[in-house]
Order: sequence, then structure tokens, then C-alpha cells
Amino acid sequence: MSAPELSGLGSLRYLWRQLTSMRTALILLLLLGIAAIPGSLLPQRTQNPMKVREYFTNDPTLAQWLDRFKFFDVYGSPWFSAIYLLLFISLIGCVLPRSWEHAKAIRAKPVLTPKNLDRMDFYRTIDTTSALDSAEAWLKKNRFRIQRNADSISAEKGYSRETGNVLFHLSLIVILIGIALSSSLGMNGSAIVNVGERFINTPTSYDNLTTGRFFSSESLQHFTITADKFVAQYNPITNAPEDYTLSTTISKSVGGSSEKKVLKVNSPLTFGSTRVYLQANGYSPIVTVTDQSGTVVFQGPVPFLPQDANLTSTGAIKVPDAQPQIGFIGSFVPTIDRSSSRGAFSAFPEALDPRLLVSVWEGDLQMDSGIPQSVYRLDTNKMARIGLKEMKLNETYSYGVGTITFNGFTPWVNLQIVRDPGKQYALIGSILAILGLLTSLFTRQRRIWVKVGKKVEIAGLAKNAIDGLESELNDLTDWIERFNEKEIEQERRRK
Amino acid sequence: MSSSQLAYLSNNLVYSSLFVFTLSFFLFAIETAWSVRADRENGVFDRARTEKFARIAIALMTLAFLLLFGGVLARALSAHRVPWGNMYEFSITGALAFTGAYLVALRKYNLRWLGLPISIAVLLVLGTAITLLYRPSAPLVPALKSTWLVVHVSAAIISGGVFLLANTIAATYLIIERMESRGGRNAWAKRLPTLETLDQLSYRLVAFVFPLWTFAIIAGAIWAESAWGRYWGWDPKETWAFITWVAYAAYLHARVTAGWKGKKAAWLCLLAGSTFLFNYVYVNVWGTGRHTYSGL
Repeated sequence: MSAPELSGLGSLRYLWRQLTSMRTALILLLLLGIAAIPGSLLPQRTQNPMKVREYFTNDPTLAQWLDRFKFFDVYGSPWFSAIYLLLFISLIGCVLPRSWEHAKAIRAKPVLTPKNLDRMDFYRTIDTTSALDSAEAWLKKNRFRIQRNADSISAEKGYSRETGNVLFHLSLIVILIGIALSSSLGMNGSAIVNVGERFINTPTSYDNLTTGRFFSSESLQHFTITADKFVAQYNPITNAPEDYTLSTTISKSVGGSSEKKVLKVNSPLTFGSTRVYLQANGYSPIVTVTDQSGTVVFQGPVPFLPQDANLTSTGAIKVPDAQPQIGFIGSFVPTIDRSSSRGAFSAFPEALDPRLLVSVWEGDLQMDSGIPQSVYRLDTNKMARIGLKEMKLNETYSYGVGTITFNGFTPWVNLQIVRDPGKQYALIGSILAILGLLTSLFTRQRRIWVKVGKKVEIAGLAKNAIDGLESELNDLTDWIERFNEKEIEQERRRK
Repeated sequence: MSSSQLAYLSNNLVYSSLFVFTLSFFLFAIETAWSVRADRENGVFDRARTEKFARIAIALMTLAFLLLFGGVLARALSAHRVPWGNMYEFSITGALAFTGAYLVALRKYNLRWLGLPISIAVLLVLGTAITLLYRPSAPLVPALKSTWLVVHVSAAIISGGVFLLANTIAATYLIIERMESRGGRNAWAKRLPTLETLDQLSYRLVAFVFPLWTFAIIAGAIWAESAWGRYWGWDPKETWAFITWVAYAAYLHARVTAGWKGKKAAWLCLLAGSTFLFNYVYVNVWGTGRHTYSGL
């Protein structure tokens, strides 16, 4: 076959035909699988930005090259998108004409009886000359679609196989639409909330917030959540967590009527199309800091980030109002233990014997420099260390230019707030996809022909490889033979 | 009985079943060797003895299955939950399902020739589980406490078992095909079904279980939506489940629409199956992501 002349409309049509061919679809499908692999082997920004940063420090040149080709954002990269978009175009180009064909086929009569029936998979003959009436009765009884001609019957059953097939592929498109809606109209954010505090759903309450291209922050659902009480249960032998329960008071608007709700890991709170998930937890030590004159310059809980499974947590306390500015690098240990190699560490995630370890720094916190700072880290470039202390509950440490008191602690929870307007479509698409798949894989589609000549010919063609046609044809043969015997019997009696 | 007594009982039962599986493996090996010999020295060698050994081997495998069933049940009772909370439990339950499927199929089809490879596979899985993957019986972490654990993981276990069976058969196809193209089957391979039967069988297994695998992924997505706040996040395990799905989808298309058969189809089937195995081993043992629980 020579390639057609590539000009204008003709070449477009040629490209379209290539793209929608089965071979191209297969190649794209396998390519999609291969393209997904690097994302599972290399750290991804969307899941683990820390690991990506680590990669950059360990091997900067390689990391830069990988980054140039979007290997740290595989699933949002142009090449990954190109593959799945081409695949879906190919799918649409394939499935729409097929749906149309199928709709016509459902209304049409079965195909004409072919000349040489003995070429079919199943073929047999009966030594008789009348069979069409009885065969038609049997085929009708078994709900075949029938076309009767002068000397033959053509019958077909199992059209739902193709219906299922078309349904499956159409529902994949529904899933894609759902995903597109989610990423363009959705939002995803998280916020750390100390137990005892209230979260108000406004953009400024979030620690981080990513929104879809067409999401406007005015469309944030109005609600508030007050974290009343948080209980974490741990296994005393393995130290593994067994249950997290957050008791909350929620309200649909600030100052509106409130109700009590419980939030757990597998049961999020729902506000319209927004859901709130309990994702992580840790401790916030509560401290009071005074200056030389004894005036309180800072008081309250400060969230620390867990570093291990036993919730040894680290963080920073910044006191810009003190003169000079004071900062603390802290470590909160819920249940103290010691070893020569690790120093103080936590032996259990519950706060059974808590300690607060601080190093005190004096100087310039550089909070006005305009460069965004992490609240969990202290920039000690322009500071000097003036003290070091391990504190028990209610202990006060005096470091010359002021004091710090370890008043207590409160748990914090990390709330993840998600609006995903496309997920219903994805779910409906998935359910339809499974139904379509089951129908198309388990429906037998077959044709049966009965032809009368010098003898009766019966033939069958199975359009997919599921057993059952042979025994069906046996039934039909028996039926015709019994029918003929009855006729002969009646004939004889009449004589 | 207390939780720890039950956990202890479970360990003993699993050990005992490993022992009985080993015995059954030896008998299957002898049976295979003798039946090869019986074919070669037709008439001279006593076939009845082979027959007897085969029956004992199957009886032992049934006993090992029952012991393992007891072990898995005791484990579940000791932890008050379904027995697939970590990779050790996933492995022993998987081995149980795999043996069960074989013993049931044996009643209907003549699959005695598969006894030896199956007992080797089960020994490998159980051995690895006991030596490398063992973790003490413990309750679940909060994220796993969901009805979806039962639905999602059981669908994944069953799909995995059937994928592996289809893989074994596709590999057998390739071996025998090579033998036949080089002048004929050897004595061992004469007991095996025709190439066409093997080809059909592996296809049917995949076609049967592909919807279940699709369901396992969707059930996982629904669960992830309620536990992690998103139904899909390209977590390594999710990514590889997707790759497996895509590979089997390609296999089904190649067979049904493009008419692939025989060698080409068998290779594609093997490729798809190996993505599943990779997911099971790599992500659980070396991988990162949210599907790694309780150490393993």
C-alpha cells in the first residue's frame, strides 16, 4: 500500500485515520503505562517536595536535567498529558462511530445467510427437509433476533456485548471529564489548628492552598470548625496509633447556629461540596516569655512538627516584640528517654512525661526582610546563642535578658480541606465502566443459521470465545428432530 | 483464648502447614519424576504406584491448606480484624487463596500436573512471609480502619492470585511452544494440555479477573477519597496498579480486537503480570508512599 498524497484535507483525514486505528490506540495505551513509571521511581513535587529538594542537594546536575524534562512533575508534564490526550482523542474517534454503527445494528435485521455454511465454527446437518417453522419457534423462545427468508433463517443474539463495550469506553470519557472539572474548579488546602482554637474558612486561614485555574477564593464555602478535644490512642506494645478522634463544634457561618461533630481519619466532615479531613497531628507546647522587666512579651501554644513515630517534635518560638529580639529553637519530647547516641528522645507518642528543650538566641530575627520564613525554623544568621535548657512542666528558665516558662501543651491537628466538584462524575463513570466491562466480557454474542435444501443445515458462529454455542446448537437440533418425529407420528395416525 | 495465645497458635499452625506443604512438595516431585519414567518405559514401570503417590500428595496439600486456614483464622481472631493488615498477613492469606483455588479447580479439571509448580510457589511465598515479613499481631493504624479494607484488599488478593495463575500458564505456553518448534515435547511436557488450550486458558483467566481488578482500583479510590482526601494521587502503589491495568487492557484489546494469539499474546500477558509482581515486591519492600504500613 502506498502512502496517499499528503495535501490539505486528505492528509488530515489520513492522520485522523492513523490516530483512531487500533494499532495506534494500543501503542498509546502501552506508552501511557511506560510514561507513568518514572513518577513512581523519582520523588514527585506534588507528593513529597522535601524529597525533591533532597535530590537537588545530592545531585544538582542530574536533578536539573531531570527537572528540565519535568521528571519531578511527571503527571502534570506536557509529555504525559500529550499521551493521554492523544489516547482520549483516539478513543473518541473510535468509540463515537462505533456507537453510531451499533445503534444502527440494533435496529437492523440479522445478516443474510451465507452460501457456504460448512465453513462456520459449528456445522451439522439433519436428514430431513422441513425445519424452518420449528427452528423459528425455538429461536423465538430463546429470544434471538430473527430474519426469515424463503429457504433459511438467520438469527443473532447478544447485542449487549457491543452495548457494554461502547458503554465502557464512553464512561472512560465521563471519568476524564470529572478529572478535568476537579483540576480546574477544585481546591485543596491544609491548616494546622491547635486544640481549643477555631478555624474559619477564609483564604488567610490556610497554611497552604492550591486552587484550580477557574476557582475563585470568594467561592470558598462559609463554615467554622472549633477543635474542642483530640484523643489519640496508641498501642502500648508497638507504639502504633490505633485511633484518632477529634471532637468539634461546627457552624455554617461565623456566629451562626452550631452543632457538635466528630471527625475521624476515615470519616471526614462535609460542608456542601467541601470536605474536611483529619490528616496529621502533633503537639504545641504552651509557653510564656517575659522580658527583663518581667512584662509578658509572648504567650500561647506554638505548633511543633513531629520528627518520628513517637512524636519527638521540633519547632521555633519567635519573639519579635522583645528588646533585643529573642528566638528559641525547641524540641518537645512527649515521653522522655535518653540514650548516649541520641541524647533525649521520645519513647512513646502520648505525653506521659513531657519535656521542652530549648536553645535561646538573641539578635535579629530578620522577619522584616521581606523573604518568607518558615515558622518552624529559626534563621540564626544574625543571632547568638545565649542559653540552653531542658524544662519540666511549669518550670521557668531565666536566661539573663528574660525568662521562658513551660506552661503546658496542647495537641494540634492538621485539617485538609478539599473541594472536588468532579469526583461524582468520576465515580459515576467508574461504576458505568465496570458494568460495561462485565457486560462486554461475559455476554456471548453468536449467530445461528438454519437452511433447508436436500437436507437441513445448521451452523453457528461465536463472536467471542465463551463456551455454550455448541450445547445450544445441540438443543436446537434435538428440538427440530423431536418436532419432526411428532409430525410423522401425527401423519401416521391420520392415515 | 487471649489475643496473644491466639497469635501464638496462629504461628504454630502456619509453621505446621509449611512443614506439610514441604512433604506434599516432595511427593509431587516424586510423582512427576515417576510418571515421566512410566511414559518412557511404557509397560515396564508400575503406574499404580505413581497414582498412589499423587493421591497422597493431594491429600497432604489439602491438610496443609486446612492448617493454614486455621493459622489465618487464628491471626484474624487475635487481631479482631481481617487478616490482611500488613504484608505478612497479606502473604499467608494470598497463599491460602492460591492453594484453595487450585484444590477447587482440581475437582473439575485434570490439573494434577500443576501440583508441583503450585507447591513450589506456595513454599516460596510462605517461606518469605515467615522469615522476612513476619510482624507481631497488632491492631490497625487509624487509616486502615474501614470497611473498604475488606472490599479493596480482598479484591486485590483474588485478582493477584488469578493474574499469577494466568502468568504461570502463559509461561508454560512459551516453554512448550519452544519445545514443539524444536522437535517435540519431552516426557514431562507430554502430560500437559495442547498449546491452544493453554492459550485459551490464560486469556479466559485474565478476561474473568480484569473487571475485578478494575473494581479493586475503584474501591481503593473511593477509600482513598475518605481517608486521604483525594481519590487519586499517583502514589507509587496507585501508579503501578494503574500500569498493571493499562497493560492488561492492552492485552485484552490485542486479543479481542487485533486478534493476537499464541506467542505474542503470551509475552504481553507475562509483561502485564510482571508489573503486578513488581508492584507487590518493590512498593512494599523498597518503595515509599502511603501504602506502606506497619513496617511492611
